[in-house]
Amino acid sequence: MTKKLTIQDLAAMRDKTRSLTVLRDGAGRAKVTVHMGTCGIAAGARDIMETLLEEIRSRGLQDVIVTTSGCAGLCNREPMATVEIKDQPPVKYVQLTPDKMRRVIAEHVLDGRIVAEYALAVGSETMY
Amino acid sequence: MKHHRAHLLVCAGTGCVSCGAFDVKTALEKEIERRGLADEILVVATGCNGFCEKGPIVLVRPDDIFYQKLSIDDIPLLVEEHLVKGRPVARLMYTPPADTKPVPKMADIEFFRHQRLIVLRNRGRIDPEKIEEYIAYDGYQGMAKALTEMTPEEIIAEISASGLRGRGGAGFPTGKKWDLCRTENASPKYLICNGDEGDPGAFMDRSVLEADPHAVLEGMVIGARAIGAARGFIYIRNEYPLAIQRLDIAIRRAREFGLLGENILGSGFDFDVEIVRGAGAFVSGEETALIASIEGQRAAPRQRPPYPAQSGLWGQPTTINNVETWANVPSIIRRGAAWFAGLGTETSKGTKVFSLVGKINNTGLVEVPMGIRLDEIVNNIGGGIPGGRKFKAIQIGGPSGGCIPAELLDLPVDYESLTKAGAMMGSGGMIVMDEDTCMVDIALYFLRFTQEESCGKCAPCRIGTRRMAEILAGIAAGEGRPGDIEKLEELAWTVKRGSLCGLGQTAPNPVLSTLRYFREEYRAHIEDKTCPARVCKNLIAFAIDPDKCVGCLLCLKACPVNAITGERKKVHVIDQALCIKCGACFTACPVKIGAVSKLTGEKGRALVPEATRATTS
Repeated sequence: MTKKLTIQDLAAMRDKTRSLTVLRDGAGRAKVTVHMGTCGIAAGARDIMETLLEEIRSRGLQDVIVTTSGCAGLCNREPMATVEIKDQPPVKYVQLTPDKMRRVIAEHVLDGRIVAEYALAVGSETMY
Repeated sequence: MKHHRAHLLVCAGTGCVSCGAFDVKTALEKEIERRGLADEILVVATGCNGFCEKGPIVLVRPDDIFYQKLSIDDIPLLVEEHLVKGRPVARLMYTPPADTKPVPKMADIEFFRHQRLIVLRNRGRIDPEKIEEYIAYDGYQGMAKALTEMTPEEIIAEISASGLRGRGGAGFPTGKKWDLCRTENASPKYLICNGDEGDPGAFMDRSVLEADPHAVLEGMVIGARAIGAARGFIYIRNEYPLAIQRLDIAIRRAREFGLLGENILGSGFDFDVEIVRGAGAFVSGEETALIASIEGQRAAPRQRPPYPAQSGLWGQPTTINNVETWANVPSIIRRGAAWFAGLGTETSKGTKVFSLVGKINNTGLVEVPMGIRLDEIVNNIGGGIPGGRKFKAIQIGGPSGGCIPAELLDLPVDYESLTKAGAMMGSGGMIVMDEDTCMVDIALYFLRFTQEESCGKCAPCRIGTRRMAEILAGIAAGEGRPGDIEKLEELAWTVKRGSLCGLGQTAPNPVLSTLRYFREEYRAHIEDKTCPARVCKNLIAFAIDPDKCVGCLLCLKACPVNAITGERKKVHVIDQALCIKCGACFTACPVKIGAVSKLTGEKGRALVPEATRATTS
């Protein structure tokens, strides 16, 4: 039988499910976009995606949103991912491996330090 | 809770379900499984999004991409393109009627952009069958506050200060209603949620119950604490199986979590609710009739006073509020009266949910701030009238409400303005009519509805509405006589004054309001035997223009009574003696040819055989 909740349980339950509201409202602190064009997938973007999700789950991150996008146009530098910390310009990482992805999460997503050696550039194309 | 990268929110309100939402959901789940994405992507069934015209609907979060009119054949493409490759599918997005470019994001779609959500805040965003998701969005926090930090007096003071008024129609201040019941000495006291939604074309309560049943339960616990009730009843019509099912799940889950039943949240307060299913009589929505129905009697209103607050269910003090009213309560307690009162007008606070139906592009359910102009609802949210037709009137408040004409589209939506204009807030049905709608015909439709639904207790309502319907039917049939309008008005006021309950008191409203704004149209029917909107069958005739007819046989084949004669490439002719005026030929004739016309007045009469002709007196 389910445990009857107290006021404290209710608040704890809400806080534990914050990743749900963050995702549904699209209001995360950080957003990581994995480029999943045919080129990206061929170069191993799926592994990057799985690593990313695995890291988020094992670290229990509640405020990181993961999305996908199509080919970014730089097919020879795939797999790529773009990291966007709230109120900061996006950073594109190229030629990722699962290990590199883990380091980007630890340093950039969690600590706010750009991993310059994997980064292509800061900023994004201008949207028309 | 597992971390997924995307949630697919499948609208599972009754509207979308009836056009295949569950099939779409199953297809999505299968395809996601097949692609090995089941760990990454979650498919969720939510309550009604409101944009019922465009169902089935799937919303992809966090991207906020809105897909509409989906069929199971679209699913493999959608999964491959959007979920595997990250490319949203433009073909499945919404394109506004006057545009060619799709609008990918829900937040940018006009229909959603102008809405303000309080009651429907969880619609299309949580799974109504999962209590955890309701709790994730601050669910039961208002109740927790009310039970542990506030006295009953403070709860009532907060509700009063918020300016919340009954959303079921009459607009009685909710705080005052609760206080009247709280100060009664008798015990036990009862609480009722009125979910007997009966207006034609109205589905606000159903959608709230389907989308967010816990909000209604939470509101009721707060109300129970305020008035000191230990038992509550939710009265829903049996025609709402999905709402009943979701509410039933919600009640059971809330009990398991200790949010209903004994010692709620360890606060020492006990309260439980049960569902009572109604058999679907319109009059059951009237509070005293509803109470009688719960008691097991026939749903017939009784005289007030005593009001239910003094003597309601089984003679005990009872507070009865509408579904939407209850659903407002948790947010008011959680966020404070000042927050709620910050939205709306001087006398009408917060928001109101309307079901927008009729001759409108974006049929659906909308929640708008009080004080919004009708024009904004019809044109911005509703997307205007289809087929380039002209707006004629909007019926607000269902069969008890009234028609508001185009000249008054500037009117702000609040209790007083609507009543002054001859309509009423009602529970929130809005039926839009275009220039092809005949106001006599519409008045007759609504009056026949209330006449059939009259419980028969009061003679003015029982007999008066019948006589009025007969007169109206006569006018529509071209048998109207001078003096009919005056007789209608006299009867209308008698029915209004001589009836015990809201049904009779408001039944003549559609007639009175159409007489007020469209009197000329009634005159045209009576004096000129003309139906200006070309609707009333006895006053119109269909004709084929020999100069335009190309002899394509389309109308001839469409005619169900073989009243059209002709051959290929030869002009067709309608035999007026056989014609039943169904309009099939009118619809069948291609727009670019336009050879079939609807005629009324002199021109129409000239075509019709003398024996069946309506004569001007």
